[in-house]
Amino acid sequence: MEAYLDNSATTRCSEKATALMIELLTQDYGNPSSLHMKGVVAEKYITEAKKKIAKTLKVQEKEILFTSGGTESNNLAILGSAFANQRAGKHIITTAIEHASVGSPVAFLEENGFEVTRLSVDKDGVISLEELKNALRPDTILVTIMQVNNEIGAVEPIEEAGAIIKSANPNTLFHVDAIQSYGKMRINPKKANIDLLSVSGHKIHGPKGSGFLYIKEKTKIKPIIFGGGQQKGMRSGTENVPAIAGLGAAAEEIYANLEENVSRMHELRNYFIQEVEQISGVSVNGKKTDENAPHVVSVSIKGVRAEVILHTLEDRNIYVSAGSACSSNKPAISSTLKSIGLPAELLDSTVRFSFSIHTTKEELDYALSVMREVIPMLQKYTRH
Amino acid sequence: MYSAFLIKYAEIAIKGKNRYLFEDALVSNINYQLKTVDGDFHVRKENGRIYVEMQGDYDYDETVTALKRVFGIVGICPVVLTEDEGFDKLVEDVIAHIEETYENKNFTFKVNSRRARKNYPMTSMELNAALGEKILDRYPETKVDVHNPQVMINVEIRPKINIYSVEIPGPGGMPLGTAGKAMLLLSGGIDSPVAGYMISKRGVTLEATYFHAPPYTSERAKQKVVDLAKKVACYSGPIRLNIVNFTDIQLYIYEKCPHDQLTIIMRRYMMKIAEHFAKETKCLGLITGESIGQVASQTMQSLAATNEVCTMPVYRPLIALDKQDIVEISEKIDTYETSILPFEDCCTIFVAKHPVTKPNVEYIKKSEEKLAEKIDELMATAIDTVETIMVEAE
Repeated sequence: MEAYLDNSATTRCSEKATALMIELLTQDYGNPSSLHMKGVVAEKYITEAKKKIAKTLKVQEKEILFTSGGTESNNLAILGSAFANQRAGKHIITTAIEHASVGSPVAFLEENGFEVTRLSVDKDGVISLEELKNALRPDTILVTIMQVNNEIGAVEPIEEAGAIIKSANPNTLFHVDAIQSYGKMRINPKKANIDLLSVSGHKIHGPKGSGFLYIKEKTKIKPIIFGGGQQKGMRSGTENVPAIAGLGAAAEEIYANLEENVSRMHELRNYFIQEVEQISGVSVNGKKTDENAPHVVSVSIKGVRAEVILHTLEDRNIYVSAGSACSSNKPAISSTLKSIGLPAELLDSTVRFSFSIHTTKEELDYALSVMREVIPMLQKYTRH
Repeated sequence: MYSAFLIKYAEIAIKGKNRYLFEDALVSNINYQLKTVDGDFHVRKENGRIYVEMQGDYDYDETVTALKRVFGIVGICPVVLTEDEGFDKLVEDVIAHIEETYENKNFTFKVNSRRARKNYPMTSMELNAALGEKILDRYPETKVDVHNPQVMINVEIRPKINIYSVEIPGPGGMPLGTAGKAMLLLSGGIDSPVAGYMISKRGVTLEATYFHAPPYTSERAKQKVVDLAKKVACYSGPIRLNIVNFTDIQLYIYEKCPHDQLTIIMRRYMMKIAEHFAKETKCLGLITGESIGQVASQTMQSLAATNEVCTMPVYRPLIALDKQDIVEISEKIDTYETSILPFEDCCTIFVAKHPVTKPNVEYIKKSEEKLAEKIDELMATAIDTVETIMVEAE
């Protein structure tokens, strides 16, 4: 049996998206900028994908900008809005638990004369709205907060945050990294006062190398990639038509049965948490209720290094991540786990299980039975 | 474009009756290295010389890089080979050589002629003077300096005339395959690939043994070792790599023995297993990357304790090198970047906070007695389940 429980790292591409992409790679392969028929056909696929995506967020089609994925969307949102608004102020607010694709561009701005406030989180990984309110200043040009944390699945109070930000200063831009939340919950950027929202395709059964940034109409933002002026100059480079079409198809699919899928994933998550915590030395980080994201379970195993349990499970065809490992090739201690106050001895002993709409109870039972078997054995041999 | 390289070798030339063996090995190793280089190469021996001749187009830089990997070569001289068609033609060829080789002619030089063919109408001294004069005429910015010339223009009258002035240093050492075979204990670190390279440089063919401990070490750590072996194989030729699953032995030692002795005991069993494979394939010794005092397991006492289990000679070419010197060699042979990838290997997973630094062999043996029940069986399993792969240069 195989259990792929690393869906926050990436997901299997949906069959519909795959079929569509093959067609676009081999038959309708035109360049959307070409004036001839082949180009026109390609452009139609982009329009179609935009339409599908806009519908999932209840926004306008022209507010969707295609990118190469979550990292680019976050970079564009942060760097692009900072460059465009720096005369209004140089203060940025973010959180202590952002993904590196937010954390690093923010740190880059900090090195280049911007001032940054990083909001702390509680033991469940949730920010305090009070702290946000106090951090806002007249010169705050951007607030960037992730909607769902990639390591523990904490859900941030985005709507409330949006209201607070805009009541303090309607010109302060609000960026939301929705890479782990899109496709797991309904998001309404207009209602939540979101100006910029990042999404990645391969987390929702779309292709890698696909993603988009929602940019609210009239938002002041500058491009960070220059060239042939595609996508109205906001993101030059020939559109990756197959990936865009695949992303559109995946977005439509994931939102078609969202409520049903999400409640099933919550059920699975609750079951998994209940069972896994019965193993000696095992604890779950973050909220154990449905307030948390439905697809992420962060598990600490006392006395067992994350890499060791990961490879043991791998040996039985069970795939999980150590800490946050969409990026972590190198063993760096996660900032999220530190920020929620996880004891030092557990920082390097935490693995992430993440589900998708395809995850089954059988897979979880298999993973649980293997864990019940190997964890006591591994705990016998600890490093001094 | 040069039509040939003159290959200089030093130590081999002083060998006695076996000299041809060394030269033949060198020729065959040069051929081997040039196999992957684009171009039509012909390697031949001639009167204590080796020439690499090229037909048509070839990539100069790639060719030199390949030749710099052939142990036994001390110098690589891009050479012009011409027929003897009189002095005027010789002058033309020498000038053409200077023109092609030196963009800036503002140098001091000396012409160094030698006649292997004594029937040439001019003596060496006459040739030196006559050619020097012609060069000065053609390039007034040059100067003659017979004591410390910046450029030595060599003109040798052999069956063909050889003109060369550049000598690119080769790696030195002895031709591969002339010294036997040894078993390298290869880890993912900086030292062991360098140790393998250094012994191989003396003409020794390599085999290697790597110990991994899944699930404590990862597939990536193993791939890293294979990648390192590929880099070493660029010099040493193909390496047969034994990958031994060491987990059960390691856990057993952990269970039974004092933890501060773990590393030493573990290394003793590694040596035993490596020696088993070494004997099986007729290796004449073991190679390790140890260096006195570098870590707790490499103090003189620790080395003695580890060494005690071996019946074969253990070659430790890095024994007196400082870490920085080792790093420099690893950078030169391009293993450094791979070595520093952060994957844990089995030497570090259970390392004690305060391992013994002055182990007493008697105590170590006492501890090992506690392993008597199962260790032979575990060793046999580790040996039986070895995964062996042939690693070729990349």
